[in-house]
Amino acid sequence: MSLRGFDAATLVPGAASGPILRLDEPLSFWGGLDSATGTIIDRLHPQAGASVARAVLMMPGGRGSSSGSATLAEALRLGKGPAAILMLERDPIVVVGAMVAAELYGLQCPVVAARRQDWMELAAAASLTLEAGPDGAAIRADP
Amino acid sequence: MALDLSPFDRELLRGAHGRAAAFAMRLLVRFAEAVGARAFIDIEGAHVDGCLYHGRASLDFAERMVELGGKVRAPTTLNVGSVDLIHPELFRGTKEHAEKGARLMRAHVELGCAPTFTCAPYQSAWRPRFGAQIAWGESNAIAFANSVIGARTNRYGDFIDLSCAMTGRAPAYGLHLKENRFARALVEIESFPDDWDSERLAVAVGHTVGRRCGGLIPAIVGLDPEMYEDDLKALGAAAASSGAVALFHVIDRTPEAPNLETACGGLKPDLHLQLTSEGLREAARSLSSAADEAPLGAVSLGTPHFSIDQFARLLPLLDDERLLIDIFVNCSRATLEEVRARGWEDLLKAARVTLVTDTCVYVSALLQAGVGTVMTNSGKCAYYAPSNLRVQVAYGSLAECVASARAGKVVRL
Repeated sequence: MSLRGFDAATLVPGAASGPILRLDEPLSFWGGLDSATGTIIDRLHPQAGASVARAVLMMPGGRGSSSGSATLAEALRLGKGPAAILMLERDPIVVVGAMVAAELYGLQCPVVAARRQDWMELAAAASLTLEAGPDGAAIRADP
Repeated sequence: MALDLSPFDRELLRGAHGRAAAFAMRLLVRFAEAVGARAFIDIEGAHVDGCLYHGRASLDFAERMVELGGKVRAPTTLNVGSVDLIHPELFRGTKEHAEKGARLMRAHVELGCAPTFTCAPYQSAWRPRFGAQIAWGESNAIAFANSVIGARTNRYGDFIDLSCAMTGRAPAYGLHLKENRFARALVEIESFPDDWDSERLAVAVGHTVGRRCGGLIPAIVGLDPEMYEDDLKALGAAAASSGAVALFHVIDRTPEAPNLETACGGLKPDLHLQLTSEGLREAARSLSSAADEAPLGAVSLGTPHFSIDQFARLLPLLDDERLLIDIFVNCSRATLEEVRARGWEDLLKAARVTLVTDTCVYVSALLQAGVGTVMTNSGKCAYYAPSNLRVQVAYGSLAECVASARAGKVVRL
């Protein structure tokens, strides 16, 4: 198995790995994610019905709603949240939700901003391993 | 573009002002980095939308702050909770939901937040001044504070509104900065139905603006500068429901819009919308999922919370005969006190009006199961109630709502 490394920026530190779930459209966690099951419940979302639980969630950006952090934190508390979140834009709602889960429950859900030029290659992998430290993040892609 | 922390910010982070403030500041630093803020600013006040019980994580967060000995560092009001602590008998949800909801409300009060439990803190002694830097949650309150008062806040939500309150600091970005407050969309009202009252026009305009302006700040031309402040409240609430509007300008009425050029900062808008009578009628119609003449289960008024002026407009519409179905009116504790002081509570009760405080019909479990269709004069309630309460909704003017409560079915005037 060959592994490729990518540099990225740490938004919330931690280490995780998992299979990829790449969102085709932005998702609002509030009203769009069932925190009890980790299922996408926004019926208009192309991936409605998919589960984010323990996946490395690739979402280019958030949806700009000011709610959603609590839904993410609650999903993580229940073990139904993503293993890690990989973004292109820095979404404060996602960052705060993951931070709160880390502070309250000691649960790691690293949030990382990838470089735009790496996105398609990362998305082509079967699974990703992320290590996000204070000085930057590294992503390994499993083909 | 690094974040520049002041000596005070560093004190907060290292715990010199307590562990709760340090926790809040850690969150704020990550948040500020994500939004690209370069510094923090002092805030004069906060409004925290953290009292609606949606799950354990929010309760754990508030109770952790209490355990850590936290107190807010800026005057802070609270948004609605899940239960009416003044009228607990109105709650029809589960015991567990009621208990957790009340615990969440109490935890926030222990942190030093004022027990206002209202989505309209601007209708109280807590109303901010023009130009005040504040950190507010609750979409309608945000829109009102920015637009109608000219105070400055971004759309703060889960955990972050409380974190700003616990530190007295907010990230300096977005609508805190003058250069980001200019209109980018021009919305011209070319014509509107002449049989409409000003509130219905405001709701239809707000609903349309929310849907069509995206993230652009609208400058609205063609509204009556003498319209009620409650109409501006309704406009903002509708726009912040159907869209993400945090600031709108009404030319010749709102404080940062004495004229179009000032509102736009001298720049040409990126978007130009022309609203007509026909489009506005369609917007108002789209807020109803129930047909005219449909049997009604209840009427809900006061989303956002009813003002004392709105009560004054409601009373003459009621007469000696009891209504056929209940009208619920959501208002704040402070407004309830004023209603009592004016001797209006007994009149309202006699007419079959139930006053709800601390919460709101559309986010709580106050209606009987299987209530059927609910009618409201609120664009916001009409937008959210079908999914929140799983009911059919009819939207109408205040007068239509009262006439419908009298007839027990959706009446159009």
